[in-house]
Amino acid sequence: MSTQTLTPKLSTHDLNFYYGKFHALKNISLSIPSGKVTAFIGPSGCGKSTLLRTFNRMYELYPKLRAEGEIHLDGQNILDPSQDLNLLRARIGMVFQKPTPFPMSIYDNVAYGIKLYERLPKFEMDQRVEWALKKAALWNEVKDKLNQNGASLSGGQQQRLCIARGIAVKPDVLLLDEPCSALDPISTARIEELINELKSDYTIVIVTHNMQQAARVSDYTAYMYLGELIEYGDTDKIFTNPTRKETEDYITGKFG
Amino acid sequence: MSSYNDNLEKKFAAGEAVIAPAGFSLQSNTKESHAMSMANKRKVNLGAFLDKIFRNSTMLFAFLVFSTMFAIMATLFIASLPALKVFGSSFFLSDAWNPVTVQFGGLVPIFGTLVTAAIAMLIGIPVSFGIAMFITELSPTWLKRPLGIAIELLAGIPSIIYGMWGLFVFAPFFADHGQPWINDHLGSLPFIGVIFEGPAMGIGMLTAGIILAIMVIPFTSSVMRDVFEVVPPMLKESAYGLGATTWEVLRNIVLPYTKIGVVGGIMLGLGRALGETMAVTFVIGNAHELSASLLMPGNTISSALANEFTEAVGDVYTSSLITLGMTLFVITFIVLAFAKLLLIRLSAREGKQS
Repeated sequence: MSTQTLTPKLSTHDLNFYYGKFHALKNISLSIPSGKVTAFIGPSGCGKSTLLRTFNRMYELYPKLRAEGEIHLDGQNILDPSQDLNLLRARIGMVFQKPTPFPMSIYDNVAYGIKLYERLPKFEMDQRVEWALKKAALWNEVKDKLNQNGASLSGGQQQRLCIARGIAVKPDVLLLDEPCSALDPISTARIEELINELKSDYTIVIVTHNMQQAARVSDYTAYMYLGELIEYGDTDKIFTNPTRKETEDYITGKFG
Repeated sequence: MSSYNDNLEKKFAAGEAVIAPAGFSLQSNTKESHAMSMANKRKVNLGAFLDKIFRNSTMLFAFLVFSTMFAIMATLFIASLPALKVFGSSFFLSDAWNPVTVQFGGLVPIFGTLVTAAIAMLIGIPVSFGIAMFITELSPTWLKRPLGIAIELLAGIPSIIYGMWGLFVFAPFFADHGQPWINDHLGSLPFIGVIFEGPAMGIGMLTAGIILAIMVIPFTSSVMRDVFEVVPPMLKESAYGLGATTWEVLRNIVLPYTKIGVVGGIMLGLGRALGETMAVTFVIGNAHELSASLLMPGNTISSALANEFTEAVGDVYTSSLITLGMTLFVITFIVLAFAKLLLIRLSAREGKQS
């Protein structure tokens, strides 16, 4: 696979995941290259979101969920119990299916994550907030109403606010869990544009239901089915000339 | 033919759908549709009529709230006039309470009510918050349900049981183990020491406040738990995803998101603390004496009313008690208004909603 020639940012080794007794991820081994967009596709329940949520150990908020195996972030095993969970999550940003603005002003939404780990003077904080909002292509729309509540924005703007909030803390990796599933086509197009711009600075992993989206935004695509990684490789190759029959059936719409 | 039409009429009356067989004569067809529209009209009219009754009766119930409130306010005001005529506004500033010389003042019970409620809130709010926080965020799954049930059971215990438990179990224990410690450690502090000085009798304003806190906690914590549970998991995950700790998520995300419910829960508890009668009467000592020390006996409005109404002789005595009742009404109103203001202030701090 061509991905192996690039420096991996994140890599999993024999990763297994359990919801209680249900075996949700089966021996997943893959490496996600640095500075690229990697998409996880597959039918509902195939484990793509589950896999994404192991990268920041979000599953640990819930009882009876556990992961076995290893996940390396820059060569360090993040499933190690000695790994500081909050620091890990500060390094790996996440954006969810639906926009989740915090119940505070637009400015504070972006500043919140920064304040958790850095103590910046007002001037620098202003600069950082502006930087993040510009990166998320939202600055021009909100620069005159930074004191308004985040919930007052439209759905697409809220989602870009969430992305701004995620990149404001300068993470290494950005996890996007179906970031456009609640958005209209125009907002979706803007987010996709944004993903393209962000990939020069961040390693991006995106879970999507929408195969066209995966084809448009990603450099690498992983196809998953029933908790197994069926095929992983160049997006172009996966979509034009898949090795496995199952992948071809899925991307040609024979099922799923 | 006529029997068929009769049949039709019956079916219409029963509200059944009737489909005319093919080849049915034109005349009876029109008759049929006429009958149909009549039946429909009757149904529409009846529905609209019932709807009107429904709307008006619910409105009546709603206005019963207003009328009851105004009736109580008017009654309290009229009945308190004799006392207010004699004492004027000095009633609220005087600590006199002497049925023999007919000198009455509301300061002691008003003070006691506010102080005991304040102690209850001071203890109750943090503990309730902690309980709700533990149940929703930190507790293992198997413990959530038993904890929830225990809280609801505590909320269901009648207040007199709390009073008896307070008097027979808690007060002696507190007199032996709690108050001497408070006396020794806090009573010697400069300035605030006077609040914690006094005989270790077990009963008193502090005991009443603690019992009230115990009574208020089930209410406040179950409301807080309910509102914490409606916070979308994704919202919390977003904050955890930035590296926030559980405390930071609760403090910065959950609490602002649920502030209306949380303030509502606190107000429910405060309402209970201000108005609670039986349990307080058992443990507060019922003394009409103003004392800076929380260990000294005092009185609250509702326990004064409960204790003295049966033995109140004379218009001024009865009227003074009713004036106390009216004062409690006003205090509750002020507290509610304050809560509303607080919510407005909090929303303003989050930025405009639109």
